Amino acid sequence: MAQISDESMREAITQRLGAVHVTVTDMSGGCGQAFTSLIISPQFQGLNSLKRHRLVNAALKDEIAAIHAWTAKCQTPDEYERDQAKDKAKASESADVVMG
Amino acid sequence: MFTRTVASTLLRASARPAAFRAPAHALRASLSPWAPLSGLTPFQARLISDQTRTAIDKAVASAPVVLFMKGTPETPQCGFSRAAIQILGIQGVNPEKFAAFNVLEDPELREGIKEYSDWPTIPQLYVDGEFVGGCDILVSMHQGGDLAKMFEEKKVLVEGEAEAEKKE
Repeated sequence: MAQISDESMREAITQRLGAVHVTVTDMSGGCGQAFTSLIISPQFQGLNSLKRHRLVNAALKDEIAAIHAWTAKCQTPDEYERDQAKDKAKASESADVVMG
Repeated sequence: MFTRTVASTLLRASARPAAFRAPAHALRASLSPWAPLSGLTPFQARLISDQTRTAIDKAVASAPVVLFMKGTPETPQCGFSRAAIQILGIQGVNPEKFAAFNVLEDPELREGIKEYSDWPTIPQLYVDGEFVGGCDILVSMHQGGDLAKMFEEKKVLVEGEAEAEKKE
C-alpha cells in the first residue's frame, strides 16, 4: 500500500463512510504511523459507539492494519451540531466573564 | 495482602490514578495459557488456530474484567494501554475481579486477539466475557458515565466505593 497520509485517510473516510465532515490529524510527526480523526457521517445514526467503530474499522481495514496508532471519534451530523452549539455557548460564556 | 492494600489505596486516589495494579494471580495467569504456544511463528498465527481461540476463551473468562494490553498494569508499554489502565483505576475496579494480559509477551496472542474480537487495535476490554471496546470507546464511555453505570451493574467495583460516594 502507498504511504498513508492524513490526506489519503480523509479521502478514504469521505468516500467509504459517506462522511459529511472529516478531520484527520497526523500525530506521528510525519512518518504516517499515527492518526487521530473526527468522522461525521449520517451512517452512524442509530448505531452505538461499538458499532460505529466497527463500521469505521471495517471500512479502513487495510489502512489501520498498516499504521501503528489509530483513534477515532464518530458522530452523526446532529450530534456534531449539538456539540458545536455547546462549544459556542461555552466560548461566549467565557468571553462574557472576561469582558465582565 | 500488601498488594491488595496498595491497590485499594491507589484505586481510591482518583487524583493520582497512574498505577492500577492487577493482583499477582492475574499477572501469573497472563503467562500460563500461552506457554505451550510459544513455538509457533507469526506466519502460522495468520489464521487463528483452535488452540489460540481456546486459550483466549480461557483468558476472557479468567476474571469479570479482562484487559488485553501492551505491557503490564504497572508499566504499560503504550499510551493507549496506559489510558485504559488509568480509567479502570479511576472507576475503582476491584483488582480481585480484574486480569490483565500482556500481548507483547506472545505474538500468537497479539495477532489472535485482533481476529478473536474483530478489533484491529490494543488495548481491548472485556467485561463478563463480552467485548466492550478499545481505548476510544473506553474514554467516551468514561466521560459519558456509561462505564461507571456498567461497572456498577456488573458489581466489579471495590466494595463500599458506591456507598462512600453517596455519603460525600
